[in-house]
Amino acid sequence: MRNTFIKHLTEQASINKNIVLIVGDLGYSVVENFQKRFPNRFYNAGISEQNMASMAAGLASEGFHVFIYSIANFPTFRCAEQIRNDIGYHNLPVTIVTVGGGLSYGNLGYSHHAIQDLGLMRLFPEITISAPGDPIETKMCLTHLIDNPGPSYLRLKKSGETTYHKKHTIIEPGIWKEIRKSNNKKIFLTTGGGLHLAHKIIENNSRFTDFGIYTCPLWGAKFKNLQQSQINDFQEIITVEDHLLDAGFGSWLRESITIPESHLKISHRALDLNVIGSVGTEEYLLKKGGF
Amino acid sequence: MKKNIESSLKLAEEIRTKSLHMVVKAKASHIASALSMTDILAVLYYSILNIDPNKPNEPSRDMFILSKGHACVSLYATLGLSGFFDINKLDQYGENDSDFMNHISHKVTGVEFSTGSLGHGLPFATGKALASKINSNNNKIIVLLGDGELDEGSNWEALLFAAHHKLDNLISIIDYNNLQSLTTVAETLNIEPLYDKFKAFGCEVFEVDGHNHKDLFTVLKKADIIEGKPIVIIAKTTKGKGVSYMENKVRWHYSTPNNEELEIALNEIKNA
Repeated sequence: MRNTFIKHLTEQASINKNIVLIVGDLGYSVVENFQKRFPNRFYNAGISEQNMASMAAGLASEGFHVFIYSIANFPTFRCAEQIRNDIGYHNLPVTIVTVGGGLSYGNLGYSHHAIQDLGLMRLFPEITISAPGDPIETKMCLTHLIDNPGPSYLRLKKSGETTYHKKHTIIEPGIWKEIRKSNNKKIFLTTGGGLHLAHKIIENNSRFTDFGIYTCPLWGAKFKNLQQSQINDFQEIITVEDHLLDAGFGSWLRESITIPESHLKISHRALDLNVIGSVGTEEYLLKKGGF
Repeated sequence: MKKNIESSLKLAEEIRTKSLHMVVKAKASHIASALSMTDILAVLYYSILNIDPNKPNEPSRDMFILSKGHACVSLYATLGLSGFFDINKLDQYGENDSDFMNHISHKVTGVEFSTGSLGHGLPFATGKALASKINSNNNKIIVLLGDGELDEGSNWEALLFAAHHKLDNLISIIDYNNLQSLTTVAETLNIEPLYDKFKAFGCEVFEVDGHNHKDLFTVLKKADIIEGKPIVIIAKTTKGKGVSYMENKVRWHYSTPNNEELEIALNEIKNA
């Protein structure tokens, strides 16, 4: 995902002269090509996320679409107020990019576990959240964010993700995309790393063989009103995410809809609180967290 | 220049008068913070900033960012008196649903950036200064900070960046009145030696009497020709300047004058 992101961003930057990339002293072996090609549109802000976020807002107020890039909780929680006041409130085209979504950096400890970030970004009404689940979705999300510049969050995992989409298509915020057809009007609805987890659940449990999989990689507070109409086609929806249930994707969906009395059953698969404070491989922690 | 000084002194008097009326009408706080920076605003808007009030979004304009957003009332007054909008709009200050909020608001014509939480103005201005460099614009970005605000680490992050990237189009003015929320800056969290700190961060530093229009004008002109470094101007000020009972009193960070106090204040300003 990381490589897809930087490759596509670099391609776009050669067309769109407003794209600026600022890194928070991260991106070794990822960002060098961008830096080489666009030396006056690449900056290393050093390890100073608060300044990076406000400065990005300042640049964006002069017409640039600024991407700020760092790991997990650093460009989000560390500078939450800068995102709220400077980027969000002023409605400026800054895309906050994180690597290591969910438990991608499992061994690196709690500081590096991005399992509450969606909750934070959901609070900012101007922000479009994008949480791609595979490399193709990463490219589709980035295309959308560049074509619709505004305050946004791009939550990447790391590398080596399986590709689930068959081809590059257009995605729209708040709209679910079918990945696997349902034979029984029952689906998993995923965002981000949930796409991979839903496939694993189906693989390992025959009860879900006929379930379909849909993804919703672009969402946020602005797109709640699009959810009610989409639930009507289904009898059972299980949301899946590599994030805590609290303030996560499933909670967002739950808050967006009124569940009809008949038919629809809705439930959520998210990380259990017992992953907090644990270390291990991503696979190990996901298992510990209930997957 | 003499004419400039006389005119900016006159503007400062009008800003103070207007600010007092606005604060009293809205029963608002922070009048002493607003009076502290009034002379700086008058010199900037009368003599220094290259901004056409009729084209407030002209890309090549100089830009002023108020980081101590609580002192907004004197900036609103300055903009109104300088022709950015109909002066009568200032009556909206403090009203429900008003664009003239009690912390500086970008919804008002001529205001570049909303603040209210401290430590945001300088990093944002740094981004604007960087944008000007990328675009080879010849304008300057001036940001006004409070002294207590320097407790915020984000300011120092921004200065590191600005010095590293030689942003000589970025001018930070410190409104150094030595009073913050509960007591003096010195007793709250000592920021001295401030001149040396800014020097050590790679800035060109000036010190000036923040109420002397001639000196402010001179130092801002000097700042304009500095190359290769961000500029910091430490303006020594008096909180509540111009109203004797407010000067150097923490209370006037919060209180609103009553009618009798307003009359005294207006008379002192008129007869200064």
